[in-house]
Amino acid sequence: MQQSNTYIIVFSLVLTVILGGLLSGVSQVLGPTQKEAVDLDTKKQILGAIPSEKAALAEMTKQQVLDRYAEVITSEVADYQGNLVQGQVAENVNIEKNYKKSAEERVYPVFKYSSNGEEAYILPTFGAGLWDAIWGYVAVSPDFTTVEGISLAHRGETPGLGARITSDEIQARYIGKTLVDGSGELVSVTMVKGENNPESKLGEHKVDGMAGATLTANGVNSMLANYFGYYKNYFEKNVGAEALSMNQ
Amino acid sequence: MSTETLETPVVKDKEALLSKRRKKFVTDPLSDDNPITIQVLGICSALAVTTQMKPTLVMAISVTLVLVFSNLIISLMRNAIPARVRIIVQLAVVATLVTLVNEVLKAYAYDMYKELSVFIGLIITNCIVMGRLEAFALGNKPYDSVLDGLGSGLGYSWIILTVAFFREIWGSGKVFGYPVFEAMGIENFATNGLMVSPVGAFIVIGFIIWVQRSKSGYIEH
Repeated sequence: MQQSNTYIIVFSLVLTVILGGLLSGVSQVLGPTQKEAVDLDTKKQILGAIPSEKAALAEMTKQQVLDRYAEVITSEVADYQGNLVQGQVAENVNIEKNYKKSAEERVYPVFKYSSNGEEAYILPTFGAGLWDAIWGYVAVSPDFTTVEGISLAHRGETPGLGARITSDEIQARYIGKTLVDGSGELVSVTMVKGENNPESKLGEHKVDGMAGATLTANGVNSMLANYFGYYKNYFEKNVGAEALSMNQ
Repeated sequence: MSTETLETPVVKDKEALLSKRRKKFVTDPLSDDNPITIQVLGICSALAVTTQMKPTLVMAISVTLVLVFSNLIISLMRNAIPARVRIIVQLAVVATLVTLVNEVLKAYAYDMYKELSVFIGLIITNCIVMGRLEAFALGNKPYDSVLDGLGSGLGYSWIILTVAFFREIWGSGKVFGYPVFEAMGIENFATNGLMVSPVGAFIVIGFIIWVQRSKSGYIEH
């Protein structure tokens, strides 16, 4: 059956309008639910940076996660110099979009965790893994010296190799590591090459590596080093003073 | 038997809802005409998503849904589709359905969406879908096409679930994320890293094809 050109054009137009209308309709209807899902996921990742919270997360319902988040997290946004930025909601800052700007132009959200006297600052980080983006939330102690916990995520690392950064086993290796040296200089925490290194060999600034995923580990290392550097000013300007006043 | 034929003598061209011919649409792709092991279509997703059973199950359901509905829609429109632009029309319908699946997952199963999103998008180019539209739905009635889509979907599903089962249990020592070996008291089960990489899927699919063909006697010409 050979149809005329007019028929083909009309058919294509009608089909496009129907399918396009259907898709935009669905997008409108599902939009709010999707936004909630993304929101919940971000909050889970932020809470997941605290080891004790992460353990509880798995059994929480959606509402419990949101309630817990509201209970223990307060947030603020700082700029590169460490000055607080007013009028921005930390949860709404898109870290990936920010990452595309130069370091000086970005804004840096900070999530303060406080529960039963336990305090930590959760810092969002973003960087490049071996194949695609990696990101994470690092919880550091208020004096900016110790890693309290970390949650890492990735978009396209190799399953079984680099993708292991999302596993609890790998993330637990970061807990308690020190990110400054004796004189207070920032040295960051790095993952070494090779796996099953004895703890004595690693010391307080290094964590055991992932066999076969050194390039992903390198990505995590530079991501952490970069972002600890970016947040240093914030801690010097805001947290140091606050911690001092609290101690007095 | 005889009483039944007496009662319905006139309606002869009305075929039973699941006649022998129609049953074949569903059962053929399960083994004799399996999309993966015989037609060797849709291999890329079979390799990519099958490291764990849970995402594999979601993928299997998604592909089956897309197959059934695209077959139905194309079959309903088969007399109106201009022959010269039929591939584009098929692609538009498939892409719309896949986007719908993706959006629904994003709204209601965000964790799965994060894990599968890339592969769900790739259902559009899954050769099984286009293959069934071109080979079946364009020339058959809607109900038959739905059965055909269902058959191919199930044929695809059971293969990738089998592959995922072996890859997950050897590669990670788990089934649906449940650590079976630890539950059985075997503490240090040595997992095989090869199974987690796509190579593992090739090996498992190879074995399935081998077993199947040695049983059915099928020979590639």
